[in-house]
Amino acid sequence: MAKGGNILPVVTVVAAILVIWCLAVIPMNAHLTADQAQRDGMTITPESAADRQDYLGLTLALKNPAIIPLTFVHNRPRLPSPHQVADEMFRTVFGENITSRRSLIYHGWVTLSATLLGFVIGTTLGILLAIGIVHNRTMDKSVMPWAIVSQTIPILALAPMIIVILGSIGIQGLLPKSVISAYLSFFPVVVGMVKGLRSPGAMQLDLLRTYHASDPQGLWKLRLPASIPYLFASLKIGISAALVGAIVGELPTGAKAGFGARMLVGDQYGQPLVTWAALFAAAITAAGLLAILSLLERRTLRHMGMVAS
Amino acid sequence: MTTEAVISARNLDLTFETNDGPVHALKDVNLEIKKGEFVSFIGPSGCGKTTFLRCIAGLETPTAGEISVNGMTPDEARRARAYGYVFQAAGLYPWRTIGGNIRLPLEIMGYTKKQQAERVARVLELVELEGFEQKFPWQLSGGMQQRASIARALAFDADVLLMDEPFGALDEIVRDHLNEQLLQLWARTEKTIAFVTHSIPEAVYLSTKIVVMSPRPGRISDVIESPLPKDRPLDIRDSAQFIELAHRVREGLRAGHADG
Repeated sequence: MAKGGNILPVVTVVAAILVIWCLAVIPMNAHLTADQAQRDGMTITPESAADRQDYLGLTLALKNPAIIPLTFVHNRPRLPSPHQVADEMFRTVFGENITSRRSLIYHGWVTLSATLLGFVIGTTLGILLAIGIVHNRTMDKSVMPWAIVSQTIPILALAPMIIVILGSIGIQGLLPKSVISAYLSFFPVVVGMVKGLRSPGAMQLDLLRTYHASDPQGLWKLRLPASIPYLFASLKIGISAALVGAIVGELPTGAKAGFGARMLVGDQYGQPLVTWAALFAAAITAAGLLAILSLLERRTLRHMGMVAS
Repeated sequence: MTTEAVISARNLDLTFETNDGPVHALKDVNLEIKKGEFVSFIGPSGCGKTTFLRCIAGLETPTAGEISVNGMTPDEARRARAYGYVFQAAGLYPWRTIGGNIRLPLEIMGYTKKQQAERVARVLELVELEGFEQKFPWQLSGGMQQRASIARALAFDADVLLMDEPFGALDEIVRDHLNEQLLQLWARTEKTIAFVTHSIPEAVYLSTKIVVMSPRPGRISDVIESPLPKDRPLDIRDSAQFIELAHRVREGLRAGHADG
């Protein structure tokens, strides 16, 4: 998404984040590293692990400068260093067969497929609801409050219920996760599309009245084309929400595959690198999906003769 | 030119209910517009000239009185697509080309692709926009956009053209040019035109009949039949006859204000 002019600022921000991250690794991992170093025969002050608990990580590291480089390579760190995460990702993305359970690509596809299906369901539902809301006064009064209420319920509370209820009627796997994705992604589409479908001004609507155009003609020829820029803004929010939904759907039920499952496994088995790698893979997936939507937006709006924002 | 009335209003009254109480927009308006006439409505803002035009178009419903368009009620006339309406802003769809914008009413009214293409070509020629069919609105100047919107109103077979300050937002040089073009177009198409403006020279230059209106409540204060010949070069505006006519319109506007 970076255009020629803003590569430098982007690189600067990324570099700043990496520096802060690296600096944080030292105090975060100081105690773990000190314990490990001591077991390996290094002299650490203070000698007792219990006494060390009274020290801040930073103080401990400064008292034992020798452990500072070791904080970056601890194999079960509290905070992994950037290169450890990169290593883990590289290994699990390129080093494994993509059908293997150890492959991040495999897990990524499990999450991505649920995300995309949920996104399609949510977007379709959102557009249909918005059309109903704009054309029907009863729906305008009744649907919107419920749509808003639906988003105030914490998805973490709702997700296990959806999975369990759907599971009890025999629906498992992809669909329950997609339902959660759809649940999160329909809302921005409804809000954006209602605004978009209502964006034509009074004059535009009067013009159609002078042609004695029907409601479907008005929808098809004026309201829908006018709402396209709004739709893309909503889709970009919706796709990120759909990905979060799919991951949340994998978390509470002990799913065996997907980014959510990887995060949970890493957490439960004390393998922070696995969690972090899944976290970054999810972020990169979201960025990729957004980039595709942005490209599609620019293409579509240019094709429609409107300048992309 | 026949003498049958295309638009006729009798004792027309319209009151808007607003939050600040009722607004008397039109009071006791009586007017006949004959086929092929070019009628201008002139008056200060709030005199109801646009409201009256919208009543003719069936976009507003009068609270009392009668109005007929081609012998029908305005709503029937609207359903019969009896008129083309040109708004103050061109209001072209930015996602449609100029050709696509002119096709819009034709698509809605169910013309065939072949008829659409013929009509688009014909009206583009009428407003001198040949060669711009594939351009998008933002590629055209404001004056050209307004010409395209006139072409859009001419594309179907309405013999009445309602124009609501169509050149109000354009500069004077462009406006002069468009006025001249509009007269030629009117002569060629023999449409009946109702034209709202707040420019005295524009009203006098264009019209066969000038309706002077005054505000609060909106009403007709004078109807002036223009003695100017149908063929009007731009420099007719320097003639004594023209200046005298403009003077009478101005007096009418002033009188409307004095007793208003």
